[in-house]
Order: sequence, then structure tokens, then C-alpha cells
Amino acid sequence: MAGEITAPPYRVIPIVPALKPGAMEGTKPFIANDKIQEALGFPGELVEDWHDRAIAKMGELLKKYRAFKVYLDACVHCGACTDKCHYFIGTQDPKNMPVARQDLLRSVYRRYFTLAGKLFPKLVGARDLTKEVLDEWYSYYHQCSECRRCSVFCPYGIDTAEITMAARDILDAVGYGQKYSNEIIGKVHKIGNNLGLPGPALEDTLAGLEEDVKEDTGVDVKFPVDVKGAEILLITPSADFFAEPHIDGLIGYAKVFHAVGASWTLSSMASEGANFGLFIGNYEQMREIALRIRKAALDLGVKRIIVGECGHAWRVAYSFWNTLAGIGAGANDPFAVQLQSQLDPRYKQPTHICEYTWDLIQQGKLKFDKSRNDKYTITFHDSCNVARASRMGDEPGGQFEIPRNIIKAVANNFVDMDENTIREKTFCCGGGGGLLTDDLLDLRVKGALPRMEALQKVADDHGVNYLAAICAICKTQFSKTLPYYGFKRDMIGGVHQLVSNAIILEPQE
Amino acid sequence: MAILFAVLFYFAGILLLGGLAWRIADYWRTPVPLKIPTTPAPTTSGGVVLRMMREVLLFESLFKSNLWIWIFGAMFHFSLALVLLRHLRYFTEPVWSWVALIQPFGMYAGIPMIVGLAGLWARRIFVERIRYISTPSDHLMLVLLLAIGISGLSLRFLDHPDIVGVKAFIIGLLRFDIQPLPDNALLYVHLGLVATLAIIFPFSKLLHAPGVFFSPSRNQADNPREQRHLAPWAAELEK
Repeated sequence: MAGEITAPPYRVIPIVPALKPGAMEGTKPFIANDKIQEALGFPGELVEDWHDRAIAKMGELLKKYRAFKVYLDACVHCGACTDKCHYFIGTQDPKNMPVARQDLLRSVYRRYFTLAGKLFPKLVGARDLTKEVLDEWYSYYHQCSECRRCSVFCPYGIDTAEITMAARDILDAVGYGQKYSNEIIGKVHKIGNNLGLPGPALEDTLAGLEEDVKEDTGVDVKFPVDVKGAEILLITPSADFFAEPHIDGLIGYAKVFHAVGASWTLSSMASEGANFGLFIGNYEQMREIALRIRKAALDLGVKRIIVGECGHAWRVAYSFWNTLAGIGAGANDPFAVQLQSQLDPRYKQPTHICEYTWDLIQQGKLKFDKSRNDKYTITFHDSCNVARASRMGDEPGGQFEIPRNIIKAVANNFVDMDENTIREKTFCCGGGGGLLTDDLLDLRVKGALPRMEALQKVADDHGVNYLAAICAICKTQFSKTLPYYGFKRDMIGGVHQLVSNAIILEPQE
Repeated sequence: MAILFAVLFYFAGILLLGGLAWRIADYWRTPVPLKIPTTPAPTTSGGVVLRMMREVLLFESLFKSNLWIWIFGAMFHFSLALVLLRHLRYFTEPVWSWVALIQPFGMYAGIPMIVGLAGLWARRIFVERIRYISTPSDHLMLVLLLAIGISGLSLRFLDHPDIVGVKAFIIGLLRFDIQPLPDNALLYVHLGLVATLAIIFPFSKLLHAPGVFFSPSRNQADNPREQRHLAPWAAELEK
């Protein structure tokens, strides 16, 4: 992309933008090289028979995933979804309208797998799979963050994310993979986390953190690693170990554990909550990553698995770990029972750190000085995977209430953004789904537009100066994109950062 | 003419019922490996039934997303339901009492039905982003339905077809005893278009009708932590 990256202007009235065909044509992330591809068992580069292989892969996915099949058939082109995607709102490229994005693949599906598409392609919008189409897929299926916002508004619940995942799986199968996501997955397989941070380096980092917290608070808050027999295994995004503002979240979790004398540990071999197998739509990769957590839980003999502040990690943990790795409850097959009989059935497995902390707050086991957060007027950004693909607590919608309840318990000034931009209608931060890479920065800045508009309103009307989120990707994305919209980059922070500010700790004997 | 339409309707019927059965069986047999309901979602199957009913009877998600499409879409679908139900009088002898009761409602419902269709077509033509995503078949589908509605309303309110003869023909079809079909051009149009609709149904986006019930984002209960959900092909990976 030539030229300086700037934020698109705010819409005076949030109307549906006019179409700008081709606005994001050619936008695409770096392609993975052969080493990265082969490490995941994908072809190293675009194979010669990519056409037939891609169609065959599509046929395979149609047989394995009901969602893929039904969503391709059920769309009636009503257009209810067209104005709901943040990337369309920010870029105005019509191919970023969810239905249009799906049609890039649906048109090929109809051509090769349906009678109407085979007989009357032009009538039904069917087309052949050409190299141009394949390139178009690579471009536009990396302009979707798989946030599911469109699925809230579709009369049939069609989830464009499922189409995007299938498209990326097809692209990987013919050797046309994305460097960012695939390289990261390789690091998890090889070293245990997205950053490629090896065990000793992790321990070193945590030792340094213990010193910092002792200096700050006078309290010996510990960050244990690989403690066999610990009660709680914390699985958290690796960004929590050293990125800003994530690390303040990690300190927050550790302070909460310390305050109640909980026995907990991290794992050096399962030092990653994130699971990019989700983003590339590959079941086997997602499963392999999830199995690390299972292994760590079995090796360390823990009774409880808690997940830190990470959006898609929580989706995978909450919705998929039971399926992928037997982490959960209610199974009666030997594979799952092996782990489930070890886990404490009194608690939901896995538990989100916010569920854990909120439980303790409700039981009166944590003490706070809310005035320590008085310099902030706080709003909460519902991260997409948490909002639309998971739950916290016993009731549907707990994922909206529990983080807000924690904030209100540790701070005095809280305000929600416009109701059409929060909860299940929340706008993606613009950096999720494998798009948090600088080769897509222009897209990320534009995709943030609707969220920034809502933030500007509460900043203007209520003086909001703290944007709270419980997702590592959101924290990084906002740190990067807030300045483009005139906000300070440190305006973004975690919920447990606020907890950390306000919690009152007694030094333990 | 009677033979021609009889053959046409048997053909259309086989294609419609057989095609739908095939597609529904296909959806049924295709596994759902992961729990992916769009949350917040009900946590029990009872809740899922309610969610699905709200979706199918009230078009809940569509109401959240676009008032105009909801108004015209709901108008069309609810009127269509009334129209279809009142047509049952042609298929049973004697006519069921409630079918007899709803006759006037079903007949006048034809008007909001075509108003809804016309509104949807106008959107498709005049709203830029809807025009962008519309294929020729999207427009033609609306034209087909409009033509069925208009020809039907014309038959009822502007023409005087031999309705007893029409019913005799239809009952005859059901009993495999072909009766003469009244000689009426408008009737031939109406019946021919209906047969066309039946034929293309299982090959078109009208599959959204059975499809919605199979949509995992709407028909799954949100209880993955409480119960292990595992597809057969995924279970193979554990062996």
C-alpha cells in the first residue's frame, strides 16, 4: 500500500457508507514461505494442481462441516448483514460486506457442487475457480477477523467466519498460507507459545516480575512455573508475559491468587492461551495446540484450569477444549474421563479469570480501595470472541455482566458506549482473526473506525479515558490504532489491571 | 391440457419432495464438529426450541438488523402462509372447517403478499449495496413469486374460473384419476408458475426454509463445558 496510513474520518451520522469498489483490492498479508508451511504439514508453496486440489478440499469440508454446507445454501441475499461489518464500514469496499465476502467462495461452490451452477452459472452468480479468484480469496479472506458480528443479524445465523475459516483451510491445502498465523502456530508446536519464548527465558521474565511487584507493593507476589501438584493451572496469552499493557493483567491475576492464598502455577510447555489453529480454520492444528494444555494439566496434576484475559483463547477454551482435549465435564469416554476425573467437579472447567475473580468478590474475599482508580473514567470493550462465541457464569450473557461487575467493584467511574456497539453487537477491534500484523496495518486502522466513533462519543460526553478489554489482541490492536484517531496509546488497559491497582494485599508471613 | 398439467405436476411434485428429502437428509447426515452457537445463546434444548421459534415465527434476528427488510419480508411470509393454508380447500374433500373459516383472510392476504414482494424487489433495485449482491436469479425469484401472486389474485378477484372443475382436477391428481382441466389461460399461467417454483425449490436459495433449522449458530445449546460434544470423524483422531 503506497502512501501514509491515516484514519478514515468519523461519520457525522453513522449511516451506511457508499460503495467504493476495489478500495482494498490487492490488500493482503505476507505469504508463508515453504519452511513455515511444511512445519504444519501444508504444501510449501502453491501446488501445480491447485485448482483440482482446492475443489477437492472444498468437497471434503462440505462433508465434514454442516455449518459450511448450510450457510452456503441458505443465504437469500437479503442484505441484512451488509452494513454490519466493521471492515466494510471502515474501507467501503463492497467485497467486505459479509454476504459479498461469502459470495467470493459461494460462487465457486455453486459452479462445482450445485445443479444450477453447473447448468446456468451466470444466472445464479456461479463462476469458475481461476487464479484471479484464488488471489481474491487470499486478499479478502484476510480482511475478515472472524468476529461473528454478521451472524447476529443474519435471519439464519449465517456466520461468515465459518466461510473465512474454510477458505483459509482450502488456501493452506494448496500451499497458499499466511505467514503471520502459520509462523506463530509453528512456534507453539516447537516451543510452546506464540512468541517462541523458551522455558528458561519465561522463568527469567517471571522472576523479574516478582522483583518488580515486590518493589512496587512490598508484597511477595509469586509467579510460579511448572509446580507439580498445584491446584490451579493458569493458561494465559503469552503477550501477558511481557507486552504492555498486558503484563499489568498478569500482575492482577497473581495478586488475586495471592490475596486468597491460592495454589497455582503456569506451565512452560503450555505457556500459551492463544490458539491460532482457530483462525486458519484447521481442526487438526487447533486440536494439537489444545492438547498441550491437556498434557500440562495431566503432568502437573492440577485440579482446576483457569484462562487469562484473551478473547479467542477463551472461545477455544470455553467452546472447544472439551471437544478437542477432554477439558471440561460430562464426558464418559476414556480419553476425556482420564482428565475429567482429576479435575475438581465443583468448578466449571475451564474457568475464566474474570469468573474466578468475580466469584471471590461476591464472597467478600477480596478487598479494594476503589479510589485508586478514581483518575479513570472507564468504558468496557466487549471483545468479539467473548461476546459472540462464549459465556461466563451460569446465565447467557454473563460474559457481558461479569467483567463490568468487576470494574464496578474496583472503580467508581464506569460508562458504557452506545448500546448498538456493545454486548452481542460489539464492534471488533479490527485486529482479530489473524490480522494483527503490520502488513495489514492500513486495514486494521480502517477496521477500528466504528469502535473509535463510539469511544469518541463517550470520551466527549463523559470524559472516558480508560478503555478496558479482556483480550490480548484487542489490547495490542488498540495500542497501535488509538493514536491514529487522536487518542493516547495507553488508554487501553485490562480489567485485571484495574483490579491490580485497587486490590489491598496484606504481606504474607 | 389436463394430461400435460398432470404430468407437469407429478414431475414437479417428485422433484420438490424428493429434492427436499435429499437435501434435508444431507444436512442431517453432515456432522457438526464444534459448538458454535452465536452467543448469548440458550443453555438448554428447550431454550433452543424457543429461540428457533422466535426466529421462524417472528424473524427475530432480521428485526434486529433491518426494519425495512423485516417489514416487507414478514409481510410476504405471513401472507404467504395464510394464502397457502386457504389453498388447502382444493386438496381435501370435504373441506376442513378451519380451512373454510380462513377463506376470506387467505384471499385478501394475497395483497400484502404482493406488496411485501414488491417492496423487497424495490429494495433490490434501488438500494446500492443490495443491488450489488443481487444475481439475476435473485430478481427472477421475486418476479416469479410476484407473478404467482398477481395471477392468483386476478383469478380470484378479476376472473371467474370454473373453480369446481379446478378442484376436481386437483383431487383427481391426488387419486391418480385425471380429470379435465378448465380451459382458462390465466389458470394455466398460475398453475405453470407454481409448478416452476416447485421444480426449482430444492435447487435454489429457497433451501433457506429447511436450512434455518439446521443452522448451528441457532440450533445448538450453549453447554460445551457441561457436556462433551464430539463428531464421529473427530473421535477417530483420538484412536
